[in-house]
Amino acid sequence: MTPDVTIAAAGTASLVQSVDWVAIAPPLIAAAVALVVLLADLFLPPARKPLLGWITLAGLVAALAALVPLRTGSRSTFCLTANPDACSYTVDQFAFVIQALVLGGALLTALLAMKDTEEKLPAGEFWFLLLSSAAGAALLPAARDLATLVVALEVASLPAFALVGLKRGDRLSSEAALKFFLSSVTATAVMLLGVSFVYAATGTLHLTEIATKLADVPGQLGTVAETGVVLTLVGFAFKTAAAPFHFWVPDTYVGAPLPVAAYLSVVGKAVGFSGLILVTVVAFPAYADVWGPALAVLAALTMTIGNAAAVRQASTRAHSAVRLLAWSSVGQAGYLLVPIAAAAYSGDNKVGATVAYALMYAVVNLGAFAVAALVARGKPLNRLTDYRGLYAERPLAALALAFFLLCLAGLPPGIIGLFAKVTVFSAAVDAGLGWLAVVMAVNVVVALYYYLRWTAILFRAPETAVAPAEPAGEPSAAVGASSGPVAQPVRSRVPAPLAVAVALTATVGVVLSGLPQLALHFASVTLF
Amino acid sequence: MQFLLAFIVVVPLIGAVAALLPAPPGLRGKGPDQAVLRHGVTVTGVILVAAIVLALGFDHGHPSKMQATTDIQWIPALNVHLHLGVDGISLPLVVLTALLTFLCALYSYFKMPPGPGPKAFVALLLVLESGTLATFAVLDLVLFFLAFEMVLIPMYFLIARWGGAGRTAAAWKFILYTLLGSVVMLLGLLLIGLKAGTFDMVALATDNGRGLTTSVQVIAVLAIGIGLAVKTPMFPLHSWLPDAHTAAPTVGSVLLAGVLLKMGTYGFVRIVLPIAPHGMHTFAPYLAAFAVAGIIYGSLACLALAKQGNKGDLKRLIAYSSVGHMGFVLLGIASMTPTGVNGALFANIAHGLITGLLFFLVGALKDRYGTADLDTLAGATGAALYGRAPRLGGLLAFAAVASLGLPGLAGFWGEMLAMFGAFDPAAGLSRPAFLTFVAIAALGTLLTAAYLLVVVRRVCMGGKPTEGPQLADIQGYEFAAWSPLVALTVLAGLWPAVLLGLTDPAVQKLLAGGKS
Repeated sequence: MTPDVTIAAAGTASLVQSVDWVAIAPPLIAAAVALVVLLADLFLPPARKPLLGWITLAGLVAALAALVPLRTGSRSTFCLTANPDACSYTVDQFAFVIQALVLGGALLTALLAMKDTEEKLPAGEFWFLLLSSAAGAALLPAARDLATLVVALEVASLPAFALVGLKRGDRLSSEAALKFFLSSVTATAVMLLGVSFVYAATGTLHLTEIATKLADVPGQLGTVAETGVVLTLVGFAFKTAAAPFHFWVPDTYVGAPLPVAAYLSVVGKAVGFSGLILVTVVAFPAYADVWGPALAVLAALTMTIGNAAAVRQASTRAHSAVRLLAWSSVGQAGYLLVPIAAAAYSGDNKVGATVAYALMYAVVNLGAFAVAALVARGKPLNRLTDYRGLYAERPLAALALAFFLLCLAGLPPGIIGLFAKVTVFSAAVDAGLGWLAVVMAVNVVVALYYYLRWTAILFRAPETAVAPAEPAGEPSAAVGASSGPVAQPVRSRVPAPLAVAVALTATVGVVLSGLPQLALHFASVTLF
Repeated sequence: MQFLLAFIVVVPLIGAVAALLPAPPGLRGKGPDQAVLRHGVTVTGVILVAAIVLALGFDHGHPSKMQATTDIQWIPALNVHLHLGVDGISLPLVVLTALLTFLCALYSYFKMPPGPGPKAFVALLLVLESGTLATFAVLDLVLFFLAFEMVLIPMYFLIARWGGAGRTAAAWKFILYTLLGSVVMLLGLLLIGLKAGTFDMVALATDNGRGLTTSVQVIAVLAIGIGLAVKTPMFPLHSWLPDAHTAAPTVGSVLLAGVLLKMGTYGFVRIVLPIAPHGMHTFAPYLAAFAVAGIIYGSLACLALAKQGNKGDLKRLIAYSSVGHMGFVLLGIASMTPTGVNGALFANIAHGLITGLLFFLVGALKDRYGTADLDTLAGATGAALYGRAPRLGGLLAFAAVASLGLPGLAGFWGEMLAMFGAFDPAAGLSRPAFLTFVAIAALGTLLTAAYLLVVVRRVCMGGKPTEGPQLADIQGYEFAAWSPLVALTVLAGLWPAVLLGLTDPAVQKLLAGGKS
């Protein structure tokens, strides 16, 4: 929350910028609650630590509620006193919907993590880091100058590194965090270099100003500007896990605690994508001929690599469920890139398709992670084969997961997934990117293979070979031997927050399937 | 009326959800399995009655007019309307779908295919019915795609869970193949919708392609055509079909052949012909060429399968025969004449009735013998069905001669009209090329007759074995499930005007667009 860097740009008259507190409330509330949690953690006895989780939930709900007055119109604040059109913080339709997405995503992550923080994860640190990251993520879509954008991106990312490495004493977790950290820092360095080049070429950090000034950069600065644009994009491509900057994803997701993987796959992606949209569509439209084809190629590569790797996942490998979701999220990132590439060819309202798709993806992907978290409670290895017979064991969870997977695949009954894909296709076709649409069509088919394979596993009869082999006298010992250290009966009680998360995502998914307009609305309006 | 059509599309979906819930008190029947199977029969029966009422209430004086229409805005962002309606082209297909699904539900009630419990089976069957009916009832391109996709998941699970040998691979082949086709089709539909500014089929058909440049039409027809050709299936894209049919349970095969394939040809008639006539004009000769190649290929494959010592599977044989029959349908469509298209639509319905019956019969044979392998069935001299189960044998012979297009039965008119249309194709299409195609197709009818007669000889005739298990003749429920198909085959053969009277005005209007 340090947008005051822009003050330096103003020279004359009053230097004090006015602040619209209502506009900045959502990220501010998240940040304030983060501090409250950090402080409360110091004073709460260990037995009362679960309270921190509830404070976090309340804070996120409050931040979401603070979005309500912002749902229509556009409000700007931290504007230059000399030039009121150049603002650092603007809440328009785009910022509103992405803020709702990241805060909602953080809320669902919090629900997923409620039980874990009581058992495995250090509660105080977890909640503080989650809220800080969410505050950064909520700030980012509203940021309208490059400095705020980079700061917001780092506020969102830095806590995420720590969250990934939070599983104490887990080698995989710290390795994942280190991988994530090193590659992310490299990307940030590259991006900052790009930003400085752009600043050198245009003399401003405000996105709208950059847009006008980039259009007529003096000839000798042309190369600097172009290099700056490319380097900035490379930085964001990493954040969105676009190929060839995707390699950190699977290991990071598997090493991270499951709720954190869910958070990264949805909120982390939303952050990267909103940043990418802001710099491409708002700041660099003058260079559309550079980033348009580049993003189109990147989209095709990303979806192909992600889906090809997902297909190759062996279902018996440890953590193959999360690994599959990780690769699938790479593939989905490819689809999300398509409308941004299309925007280069036919106007910036195409990015609405990305927003609509991201909404659908956020809901169903978090839902899938919620069910995965539920299954992981009984079967910590979380292999795809562990999902066999889930329908017999927990019919509702299995139906929900099947629905989420089919939404991701884009086939009925996952109607919202289908229509989200249709909007993306429609953006590509409208922009004349026929080849990209065909590549995506093939990818949709490839993706169906692994989504449907997983769906089919859910409804297979449970493995009967194991059950009769267990002696009736010592069932708990036998189960403990076969399914890891948690020696519980097969059907343990589902923690309420987890059940709420599954129910919430499933309900939203079903409602959106009946009324796709709620999400697709953003594909047809001007967002900025 | 308009509620009736919406009712027909929506109620199976509600029924599918209800099938998953426990039965309410009073409807529990003898057990949960029996209750849910009965639920399936009830829901499909209600839909059949509704479809018949719809057909009776249909204004037969104006079959070219869209009737029972509903038009509600659904997704303004994509300009998608819930636009439903039937005319003379779609009405017979709606009734056929309702009838076949009901017969399948009835058949399953007495003879549930081996596999997991019937709860999911009934639910999937109902979703499948809803998707197929929706395909024939919707008048919006995006909804058409949605309905087209809706049948994939249920059919996948029907094959993969209740199928025979090799079912997993066959189910995958089915769904991946058809999905690839339909996603490519989506690109074409979007291209048309975006360039013309509307997804409404009626408005687009009235425009008759005037709002679209020829290049857009060509690309769109190529994309849509590939998707529909996979579903139909057209000759080089057919390879999913034999596997899917062979592995599917009996009712799966019946519905796959009876109604799912029709979605492809229906799409050609409803979308490609009227909306992008110039594009269709470009591709019509190629379509016709592939169609006749399919006719010949299908019959040769069947002949090879029917030959002694080739271990031909009867279900696979009928699947290949479907490739041939759909070749006639495509030939009729490619002629772009009212005669040809009417023939295509007629052959569509006839194929649904006859092949549906054939798959029922072969399924029954397979249940009795435990195999559909022709060599095992026939043994040295023949399976002697006439002697061992005379009614079953007689019915099989009836279905076979109906399928080979005996005049007086349903199979005849469609193929004859299709060839007749291709004999004198629409203006601008190369007459010599089409004459060649007709000549080749005529040869195909001969080959069709050849292999079907070989099948009849090997299955129905032969020396009656003195020992061996007794073979049950047609059971009551089988009779109930099959006799409507037999009756309609005879009716459509003797009184083709029943169908042609419905389709002809609608076809004339479609081909003429807003000009008439």
